[in-house]
Amino acid sequence: MSLLAELQAFFAVYALKWPEWSGPMGRAVIVTLQITALAYALGLVVGLVVALGRLSRNPFLRRAAAVYVEVARGVPALVVLFLIYYGLVPLGVVLDAVPAAVIGLGLSAGGYVAEIVRAGIGATHRGQREAGASIGLTPLGVYRFILIPQAARIALPPLVGVLIAVLKDSSLASLISAPDIMLRAKDISSSDFLPLHILLVAGALYFVLALPLSAAASALERRMSRGLKSRP
Amino acid sequence: MTDPLLKIEGLRKSFGALEVLHGVDLALDQSRKVAIIGPSGSGKTTILRCVNYLEVPTGGHVWLDGELIGEKRVGDRFVHLSERELAPQRREMGFVFQNFYLWPHLTVLENVALGPWRVQGMARREAMDLAETMLDKVHMGHKRDEYPERLSGGQQQRVGMARALAQQPKVILFDEPTSALDPELVGEVLSVIQELAAEGRTMILVTHEIRFARDVADVVVFMDGGRIVEQGPPAAVIDDPRHERTRRFLGQLGRG
Amino acid sequence: MFERVPYYIGVLLKGATVTVGITLGALAIALALGLALAVLRTTRLPLARPFVRSWVEVFRDIPPLTQLFIIYFGLTYVGIRLDPFTAAVVGLGLNGSAYCAEIFRSGFSAVHHGQREAAASIGMTPMRAMRFVVFPQAFRVTLPPLANYAIGLIKDTAVASAVAAPEILFRARNLTSETFETPLIYLLVAILYFCLTFPIARLVDRLEARRKAWA
Ligand SMILES: Nc1ncnc2c1ncn2[C@@H]1O[C@H](COP(=O)(O)OP(=O)(O)OP(=O)(O)O)[C@@H](O)[C@H]1O
Ligand SMILES: [Mg+2]
Repeated sequence: MSLLAELQAFFAVYALKWPEWSGPMGRAVIVTLQITALAYALGLVVGLVVALGRLSRNPFLRRAAAVYVEVARGVPALVVLFLIYYGLVPLGVVLDAVPAAVIGLGLSAGGYVAEIVRAGIGATHRGQREAGASIGLTPLGVYRFILIPQAARIALPPLVGVLIAVLKDSSLASLISAPDIMLRAKDISSSDFLPLHILLVAGALYFVLALPLSAAASALERRMSRGLKSRP
Repeated sequence: MTDPLLKIEGLRKSFGALEVLHGVDLALDQSRKVAIIGPSGSGKTTILRCVNYLEVPTGGHVWLDGELIGEKRVGDRFVHLSERELAPQRREMGFVFQNFYLWPHLTVLENVALGPWRVQGMARREAMDLAETMLDKVHMGHKRDEYPERLSGGQQQRVGMARALAQQPKVILFDEPTSALDPELVGEVLSVIQELAAEGRTMILVTHEIRFARDVADVVVFMDGGRIVEQGPPAAVIDDPRHERTRRFLGQLGRG
Repeated sequence: MFERVPYYIGVLLKGATVTVGITLGALAIALALGLALAVLRTTRLPLARPFVRSWVEVFRDIPPLTQLFIIYFGLTYVGIRLDPFTAAVVGLGLNGSAYCAEIFRSGFSAVHHGQREAAASIGMTPMRAMRFVVFPQAFRVTLPPLANYAIGLIKDTAVASAVAAPEILFRARNLTSETFETPLIYLLVAILYFCLTFPIARLVDRLEARRKAWA
């Protein structure tokens, strides 16, 4: 058989199988998106709290927040998932796969979010805060009108980056049997003996989900690198 | 005799083990202009920052219009105010920074209007109108919709002054407002300060522009090593200094 | 309850050697391929830029686990059978090539093009300009992000447990099937990964602090 014919045969399988696959894969995409969205939301909340801890005046809070960031940076998300899903069972904590994945991925992402937020707030010059204080803004006002608006612009592109990372890491949820894209692909590949076909579908699905985010991140990045000055 | 508008008494400040202000006394009445001159590192900036409590003094007190700044009395002790409690007091004082510190995410107009709107609680429209008036005062009305980084240093500093004016402050503190500027931009900033002085505003001006200090100030203060060495009318301090150190300093500057 | 800890640690450390092996193998592929891609991008060859951009986008946006499964399970369909270790090295290496290409690209662009012109003006060929002028400077800029990538890579090697490569997490799962001390074992696993990544994280902090001191 010529290469062309082989390729034709390869893709012909999709025409045959897609009607059967589209249902379960569609539902799996929903699960992947659910895990991603919830874990990201949790990561934002955790990250914000930890960042405030790192910026606080209380040395104990600062230390605890720093340790959190170090640990989140150093331990694989998959290990966190296993720890939460399998590791806590002997202690009587039994979670379903999806909540376990959301918690594990959210805690993991929180460390990154915290660093991004902290860097964003730290990037504004101390003189900017002082100028705010000098016109009589309260500390809360300085945060609200001066630090956060500037930090948001700096933090936005990397925060989109974290969203992409969470989307990709959500694939790990399949390893604790959450019914996401990867788990369904694995199931189908062992029942239909077409591993390459279905795994390529899985890859394509992640790619299609991540691509717009990735484009948005680089567009934001470009806007940022032009600096605040060139805002219209 | 009425109390002075601003009174500084026994002001001390240490950074760690290093004491940079060794007890400074200064008083100024309504509408008076004080120029502080002195060599680099003598503590001029530190005085202004302590008056505005951007720096917490290690000793001494500051009063503005009879009100104790940055502290309150609890029994017979003085307790520092929190940043929150400081805010309304700072609102009474304008501060013009050497490096401007305009907020880059806001337009020129928004920079000036932020205080009136968010601190003084004016309606937005009203705050914008006030900001516009202040911008006209510093001849920056035509740049109201620009972002700060598109402005020259002299223009940025004039916006910085408009921002301070919009607080409708009782006193304005200028910390070397022209020393971050290219020489050809100094004039436009000084002339605005001169106009403000002529309006009868109360101000303290830290500056290296000796000639300007002589023209504008009622009182010139010469500082060295964290102390006031001498103070008096410009004709005395600048043209006929009594202290050797003052003479040497002015001599190095070519007497302005 | 801790008497079996030394045994656990012994088993996990054996896994750690495999983890380090996968990391080094993948790192070598990622660096070499990433550098090649980044250099290719600077050439004027037709289609070089879109090719590199698509490569980066594809390998960056698809989860490492998916890439690993495609290589390990998927390729059996066309008769390619890799052992778990090799599959992990290749999969993570390809995934990493996308990151490294981006890191090198920004390293190159941090060197002002005037410098290349200056090199040309004293008669250097483009290759020599790359070697003597661009690389040494780009290296300083790229080191912190490369170290960060290495941390991410160590963490990503955990997915190799899913194709039964005998690395840390895989050994841990085997241990947990022998005993009920699951929380303890996973805690040890977390600590072990932390010990592998922490020195690099410190290095990144030091490098960043130094870079800030220059700026
Ligand atoms: N945050 C700080 N920490 C430690 N030392 C400081 C700090 N701020 C100022 N100093 C020191 O206090 C002394 C006085 O500084 P200050 O800025 O008040 O001087 P200045 O008279 O304004 O000088 P210049 O004319 O250069 O602006 C200097 O020795 C300076 O190094
Ligand atoms: Mg100063």
